[in-house]
Amino acid sequence: MRTKQTLLALLMLLVCSSLMFAGTVSGKVTYTGTPAKQKPIDMGKEPSCAKQHPTPVTNETVVTGPNNALENVVVYVSSGAPDDGQVPAQAVTFEQKGCQYLPHVLPMHVNQELKITNDDQTSHNIHPLAKVNREWNKSQPPGTPPISEKYDKPEFISVKCNVHPWMHGYFAVLTTNHYDVSKGGGDFKLPNLPPGKYTITAWHEDYGTQTADVTITGNETKDVNFTFKAKAY
Amino acid sequence: MGKIFAVTIAIIAILSAIPIVMNYWGPPADISTHGSAIDEQMHETMWEAGVSFLAAQLVLALFVWQFAGRGKNDKLKTFPGGAKGLVIAAFLLVGTEILALGVIGQKAWATVYFAAPDKDALTIQAQAGQFAFYFRYPGPDGKFGTLHPDKIDEGNQNFFGLDPENDVASRDDIVAGELAVPVNRQINLLMHSKDVGHSFYVRELRIQQDFVPGLDLAVHFTATKTGQYEIVCTQLCGLGHYNMKAYLNVLSQEDFDKWLKDKAAQ
Repeated sequence: MRTKQTLLALLMLLVCSSLMFAGTVSGKVTYTGTPAKQKPIDMGKEPSCAKQHPTPVTNETVVTGPNNALENVVVYVSSGAPDDGQVPAQAVTFEQKGCQYLPHVLPMHVNQELKITNDDQTSHNIHPLAKVNREWNKSQPPGTPPISEKYDKPEFISVKCNVHPWMHGYFAVLTTNHYDVSKGGGDFKLPNLPPGKYTITAWHEDYGTQTADVTITGNETKDVNFTFKAKAY
Repeated sequence: MGKIFAVTIAIIAILSAIPIVMNYWGPPADISTHGSAIDEQMHETMWEAGVSFLAAQLVLALFVWQFAGRGKNDKLKTFPGGAKGLVIAAFLLVGTEILALGVIGQKAWATVYFAAPDKDALTIQAQAGQFAFYFRYPGPDGKFGTLHPDKIDEGNQNFFGLDPENDVASRDDIVAGELAVPVNRQINLLMHSKDVGHSFYVRELRIQQDFVPGLDLAVHFTATKTGQYEIVCTQLCGLGHYNMKAYLNVLSQEDFDKWLKDKAAQ
């Protein structure tokens, strides 16, 4: 009995300490140079989608914000993460709306449920071009229930629609739950990191990857910034 | 019973001829310089085939009527040695008919496909791929950039596989999802397939031409009426074939120049 109580107390202490000393890695992703011009998308062949965009949308390969901020960069803990292998019970959702993918880049954990929905009045054929995982493509007519899938190996997967050539997105299948995607200001935040040594990786679909090593010693916020070199074409 | 059958044959033949004779489902108005020759040829073919069809059906009905009341023991007429004369006559008649249609029709077809385009024709490249058409204009330098299939990146809107980084000629190429053309100017359309067989069909232009992978064909036409017309793929090309279309926008010269300028600025 005594041993059981002691063990419980020790466990409580361990949980509390890890919560008390939860560090955060945060920062900004920016670019230098001039990025290629993103061209407006002509959706003329799909009038039901074209009319949802009074001003045509552009392709989203390089999305920038003010002060050289770079969006859609997946920043994640690529080594040292404390929760490797913990698959979240909640599914992530990939939406097809107005003949675009929302979000453009979708991070998820290995084996996490991926739900794909079609909100459009037209059929889509979703085709993730997986190379490490099993490749598939599925048709989804309007009004059909979401497609449920999962990936069992980490991989960055380019996603296209076999019906609408301009549609493009990415799945980022990771082995960690410590990830973020840079938004409008290029900001990202990786909270709840217990003390330890970590490698942080930033991935952009056109500009490649960068890594940075950080050491968290206690309840602190470490600044890590990534700067990518823009390509003119 | 046999007489009812004979009358039915005659009625079906006449009823089916009515919509064709009355032109109920005629083609849409022609908007090309060469289309009238094709329409004329179609009209002629329909007339000759229609008259032959009606004649054959009515003769059939007549014979059915005539021999309808034949008793069980009545003797059948036989043709000892075969109906050689009749067969040869039919062969010559039908053969001459088809040959004549072909020879006369040749002029309608050859003006589009065999004649060289005018020197001042506007060259546009059409690319068909699963499941959309894209069109490329050479830009101010008048030159198309070279195609690099390995550079095709549809998510980045590089549908043709251009290499603007290294190829200067491709930098000003204009790529559009619609085919905009100036009215009353000859267009020389270079047909390029990205993947499988497709077809370019505009009813109002009276043009239907296949895209053949690995073979760059060309077709030329002059549109004579401004407006928007549908371009559809008429060669079964896969899952999204039903949805493979684009629009032909025939614009006045001023509108076309403006359109081209706007596209170049994008």
